[in-house]
Amino acid sequence: MTDAPLPHTPGLLARAIDSDIFYSFRRSKLTIVAASIVLLLVLAAILAPVLAAQNPFDPAQLDLMNSRISPLWTAEGQKPFLFGTDEQGRDVFSAILYGMRISLIVGILGVALAAVLGIGLGLVAGYVGGAVDSLIMRIADVQLTFPAILIALLIDGVVKSLLGNHLDATTMLMVLVIAIGLSFWVQYARTVRGSVMVEKNKDYVAAAQLIGLPARVIMLRHVLPNTMGPILVIATINLALAIITEATLSFLGSGMPDTMPSLGTLIRIGNNYLFSGEWWVIAFPGIALASLILSINLVGDWLRDALNPKLQ
Amino acid sequence: MLAFILRRALQSIGVLIAVGIIAFTMFRFAGDPVNQMVAIDTTPAQRAEIRASLGLDDPVVVQFARYFTNAAQFKFGVSYQFRQPVSSLLQERMPATLELATCATVLALFFGILMGIYSALRRDSFTAKLLQAVSLIGISLPTFLIGILLIYLFAVTLGWLPSFGRGEVVKLGWWTTGFLTVSGWKALIMPSITLGLFQMTLIMRLVRAEMLEVLRTDYIRFARARGLTTRAIHFGHALKNTLVPVITVAGLQFGSVIAFAIITETVFQWPGMGLLFVQAVQNVDIPIMAAYLLVVSLIFVTINLVVDILYTIVDPRLRATVNRPA
Repeated sequence: MTDAPLPHTPGLLARAIDSDIFYSFRRSKLTIVAASIVLLLVLAAILAPVLAAQNPFDPAQLDLMNSRISPLWTAEGQKPFLFGTDEQGRDVFSAILYGMRISLIVGILGVALAAVLGIGLGLVAGYVGGAVDSLIMRIADVQLTFPAILIALLIDGVVKSLLGNHLDATTMLMVLVIAIGLSFWVQYARTVRGSVMVEKNKDYVAAAQLIGLPARVIMLRHVLPNTMGPILVIATINLALAIITEATLSFLGSGMPDTMPSLGTLIRIGNNYLFSGEWWVIAFPGIALASLILSINLVGDWLRDALNPKLQ
Repeated sequence: MLAFILRRALQSIGVLIAVGIIAFTMFRFAGDPVNQMVAIDTTPAQRAEIRASLGLDDPVVVQFARYFTNAAQFKFGVSYQFRQPVSSLLQERMPATLELATCATVLALFFGILMGIYSALRRDSFTAKLLQAVSLIGISLPTFLIGILLIYLFAVTLGWLPSFGRGEVVKLGWWTTGFLTVSGWKALIMPSITLGLFQMTLIMRLVRAEMLEVLRTDYIRFARARGLTTRAIHFGHALKNTLVPVITVAGLQFGSVIAFAIITETVFQWPGMGLLFVQAVQNVDIPIMAAYLLVVSLIFVTINLVVDILYTIVDPRLRATVNRPA
């Protein structure tokens, strides 16, 4: 790393580089490694159509003649199948890239839904107070008694019973997003409500009320930005949890179907070949999932400490 | 004290009623029970007859009351896929889940406390740092990956342990136990480790943090000044005060152990309630899903209540605040 003097222009980039957060980021080697791995995996997922040897979602590109090939560096390895192929002739490397896409999309959308829902309900509960507040928080309390995975499974099952058991892959993806969103909103709602209760007694809110701004504007434009720090931390750590939840649901057979596999689905498929010696079908998706989650968690841990004023 | 217990008990009943309403809504409105029970060639008249015989024409409130009184007697209707009463299915599966969850919790407590004490007392040693790093990985990895890894190591490669099922079980009345046979114990090892690992890391971190905190307090310093042995200070004084929150967390976590058994049971094909629930979700077997929700929430709420009450009994400081008029 070169220590070239920074030009003193108050540009956004320069300000970001000069900030405390970036300083603490540079100081933590582990975080830099973790963030690089996250970046690498996300890029690989985005560039999947360019990097992959085949489109694993397109049955026409799968050739049964290519089934059960071991990885490239082993004796029976064949080009272009870097990590080998599975029973249906699906290239494991391509399937991982495309599967990671699904896992990331479901994770990010699920967290976004949870955040919007939780922030909205938390704002209303904190700002309005009274009976609305108790109702929302009681629901949150009851839901918090149960682990998210149980709630996600229940929602998954109920939606399936309403829409029919055999959904196409895209609908299933949306079902997963909804299940994850509804399972993880509580933490946002509690955090936002707590911050709003503190913020709403401050002078700037009173001033905003005094000049006649509507409650909606005060909540969204004035109070909300002051609660964003903890929200960011929760969202990062929740992203790892959401990806685990999606993978778990798919592994249990209630998530993404075999025709459009996520990392969890790939691990479920690979689990069937654990005893027949085809270790690569399960090992590589497993490693991909584990490194994705671990790196996101490490970044989240760092972010929590970096944004915590008590530790500075 | 009595007022506190009563208030907590009422809260618990409130939670159970809320869950009951959700379970009933699922049971009644998600999917048509009649459609699930009849064949394609059933006439509309026959359908109406079944509908009437099941009481599905009654007002919703009446149906809810009926569902509730039945559920209170552990009658949860008939499973769509097995055509058997849900309660007998659950009863058959419950011992497997409870034995697994107990084993996992005992394992987690024993090793978690041990590793926690070690990493607090020797906080700068290499082993302690290794334990911290491994625990982070343990928290990050999805349960099913750990289970698969264990199966690959100890069942596929080494062939030491069975990869699925409970082994031989012995019947004791309606309860079946794997504790009395060698194959039962062997079958328990990997699922318990898989299920207990998360709790183990949690307890280890908690014990470490609590222990470090306690070791800084004045009474420990005073004990040192009195010239007590290090062993007596660490285990007689410090550990005792660490254990109250640990036992609380372990107790509260027992509920989520049972819920997380869903995943472990699927990986190891363990014939417990969790596996039944997963199969129910896959096959949209609503009566089982609703019943599982009710039974698990009953277990959760009971544990929470008992832990809360025990906590106030054990910790005199809490009793003081409880007794104070609000």
